[in-house]
Amino acid sequence: MMRGWRSLLPIIVFTALYAAVSLSVTNSYYQLVMTLVPVWAIFGLSWNLLSGYTGLISFGHAAFFGVGAYAVVLGQVYFDLSPWVMIPIAAILGGIAGLLIGFPTFRLQGHYFALAMLAYPLAILYVFEWLGLQEVTLPIKRDNPIAYMQFSDHRIYTLLALAMMLGTILLTRVVERSRFGMALLAIKQNEAAAEAAGINTLAWKLRAITLSGAIAGAVGGFYAVVLLVVTPQSVFGMLVSAQALTVAMFGGVGTVWGPVIGSVILIPLAETLNAEAGSRFPGIQGVIYGLAIICVILLAPEGLFWKVRDFLRKKSALPVAATPGPPDLSTAAAFSAAPVPLRPKRSPGTGDVVLEVKNLSRSFGGLKAVQEVSFKLRQNEILGIIGPNGAGKTTVFNLLNGFLRPGTGEILLDGREMSGRKPHELCEAGIGRTFQIMRPFMRMSISDNVVVGAYVRAKTDAEARQLASQAIARVGLTEIADRIAGELTTKELRLMELARALAGQPRILLLDETLAGLGHDEANEVVAVIQQLARDGMTIAIIEHTMQAMVRLVDSFVVLDHGAVIVEGEPEAVTRDSRVIEAYLGKKWMAHASN
Amino acid sequence: MTQALEGFLQALSAGLLIGAIYGLMCVGLGLIFGVMRVINFAQGDFMMLGMYAAFYFFTALGVQATFGNTFGPFVAILLAGPVLAVFGYFVHLTLISRVSGMRTSSLEGEGHYAQLILTLGIALILQNGGLLVFGSVLASIRTPLSSSAWEIGPLLYDVSVFINKARGIDAVVSLVTMLVLTLLITRSRIGKSLRAAADNPTAATYMGIDVDRAHRVAFALGTGVTAIAGGLLATNYPFHPFVGVEYVIVMYAGVVLGGMGSIMGAFWGGMTIGLVQQMSTLILPTQLQNAAIFVVFLLIIFFRPQGFFGRMVERT
Repeated sequence: MMRGWRSLLPIIVFTALYAAVSLSVTNSYYQLVMTLVPVWAIFGLSWNLLSGYTGLISFGHAAFFGVGAYAVVLGQVYFDLSPWVMIPIAAILGGIAGLLIGFPTFRLQGHYFALAMLAYPLAILYVFEWLGLQEVTLPIKRDNPIAYMQFSDHRIYTLLALAMMLGTILLTRVVERSRFGMALLAIKQNEAAAEAAGINTLAWKLRAITLSGAIAGAVGGFYAVVLLVVTPQSVFGMLVSAQALTVAMFGGVGTVWGPVIGSVILIPLAETLNAEAGSRFPGIQGVIYGLAIICVILLAPEGLFWKVRDFLRKKSALPVAATPGPPDLSTAAAFSAAPVPLRPKRSPGTGDVVLEVKNLSRSFGGLKAVQEVSFKLRQNEILGIIGPNGAGKTTVFNLLNGFLRPGTGEILLDGREMSGRKPHELCEAGIGRTFQIMRPFMRMSISDNVVVGAYVRAKTDAEARQLASQAIARVGLTEIADRIAGELTTKELRLMELARALAGQPRILLLDETLAGLGHDEANEVVAVIQQLARDGMTIAIIEHTMQAMVRLVDSFVVLDHGAVIVEGEPEAVTRDSRVIEAYLGKKWMAHASN
Repeated sequence: MTQALEGFLQALSAGLLIGAIYGLMCVGLGLIFGVMRVINFAQGDFMMLGMYAAFYFFTALGVQATFGNTFGPFVAILLAGPVLAVFGYFVHLTLISRVSGMRTSSLEGEGHYAQLILTLGIALILQNGGLLVFGSVLASIRTPLSSSAWEIGPLLYDVSVFINKARGIDAVVSLVTMLVLTLLITRSRIGKSLRAAADNPTAATYMGIDVDRAHRVAFALGTGVTAIAGGLLATNYPFHPFVGVEYVIVMYAGVVLGGMGSIMGAFWGGMTIGLVQQMSTLILPTQLQNAAIFVVFLLIIFFRPQGFFGRMVERT
């Protein structure tokens, strides 16, 4: 809690300083500029809340801004409602607009989302022009100006804008540090992995766009009050959406400071150029502004904030890096010395059936990727799924964890039919998985990565932290839990993904080529971790190519070829089966066996 | 009845003619977007430069004197294409390549944020620089053909369709340019490297293709093609330095409609936009013409997000 308050200090100091400076400005034009800086900063923050944290770039934030602006103006013109009332209403309308736009548009991804968002404000723009709302002015209230937010001293607007900005910053920080923010960051870094880790991505994205729309609506309304007049171009135009993007990206995306820094630098620059040079050389201000943006983005492609932070970090990190002490004395590493012990013989096939797959099929066009696959997974069993490339192994996992819908067949988890559910629902029901191509959240620390996986079970943030640290301990990464995922080795990433899946306390773990890309010793370490999990009672299905490790690890095999099960049974029997050798193991294994 | 039919046929022909130009415009952007996956906000402003380039070729650089009023504009327009292609080549070399291509994989969002801001910056400079250099007066490249028409028909019920001669020639030029470009991409060596780079940059690198160079060529070609489309548009519509903003959205709508990465698709996407824009005037007030484009655009991407010709691939 103390740390939270201390990190607020720069924000409060900044706001106070800004207020002091703004009070000393006497020129009315510069007073307006002083007001516009926090206004665009708020708009940038609203954009950042959606696009900065989820990575879904919105080109259409003017839709919310404009709805708010027109709501305030029309509310006063037609119903004589004061902006004091209408700005909160504008926020509600902006939020509703966000929800209405988000619900259909979130079906789209990447560039498609970005470009679809572009269409909304522009479509609305033409409708407003058609409605004859080309230029609407706020009526001046001479008898009771304060009740209508009309102040003769322009500096009051600046203070109001600052208060709104402070509120938005605080709100953003609350979001950032909660489950909400973690979910959004996880979506940004890898939506599929987030979904598989039990995050209902659509629900969180809708919450984000609603909140973002509400903030944009409120600040749009305030903007109308400051300027006293709205036109469709000035609130729905493409330049308005671009303004949000520009201040946020210039300053740095995904941080509360980014939009503020961007706005503090760019808005006065643009306005001053406009005032000083605009009349003599029309357009010169746009050229200089554009040049400034280009220069900064070439030097700091991720925005000023991150550039400065990375620079400071590097400086302060140097002495730390010099202190010796390999961080890799984890429990997992301790196993590496010992040879992999053979799996203690149990009598497989006696436990309760946890997962039963019946006649599962799925085809892509003409290709039958999975056909009539059936198998049972018993409590505390390790099942190996093997087969040549393209045999449909990963597709089976994708069907089991909900990335794909089965064409036909049943998936019974504890006897309940689960096929066709969404990944986050299946995760909640107890199916955790890792990925063949690793999907870490690269910019997050190990513990944050794992916390994301824990939310599906945890009711509170504290509980999630606890589940996460337990899971990290189980894979032996406790010592390096604070390191950023981007800095880890392949082995550490594999273990981290394992911990992320474990944190949700699954009943079944689906491991997709967890040993791929690992050296012999590294693979043994990971195998040791998996064996320990099995001893602790976990039920595991694993896809793997490394036969040597697999034979020691698994209780039974399912062998797939061309999407169908060709053999299943105990390792010893399966590895001797001629069909298996023919289909998959081939010469390589024969040579290996003769050694 | 006759009147309705006449209105319909007239809107249809207007839609097809403007659609041919929009199609070419979209092909230019589609080439860049398809090969590089860069959202280039400055594409509309490249088009604006193409319009002015054609304008100055025609009026100041002797094309009018040499080729006359009637066909001079088309010569000037075709000259503007290569000039803008060279311009695009250098914009990519000096700016775009620094935040795109193979070197961006380490950046957040694969450098998309930086690309967006960069092209927004370029757009700002071109628009405002255009204002400084060209002034804010409306310009146009008019030929006597802009104000005369061919009469086709009478067709049914004595209804004739009038085709503006300049627009008719515009459409033909546009189709020919499209044909040349298609041949270049499907037949030539450089075209093959473009397609390889678009399909899988990493694999293309392993096959010895210089992906950055392929991107640069795509950027140059795309800029040149859009510039030609801009010039064609200018024979009927007056223009100003800020005209790009109005069309960049049409371009993106067309490219998404056609399916990203498909050149023919981009053409048909642009054609669709032209048709929707003109046909909507039959049932909607003129002010809502452009709103109709966006509504159709949204409807299509909801129901077929991969576009008419695109395909979706994702690997887990």
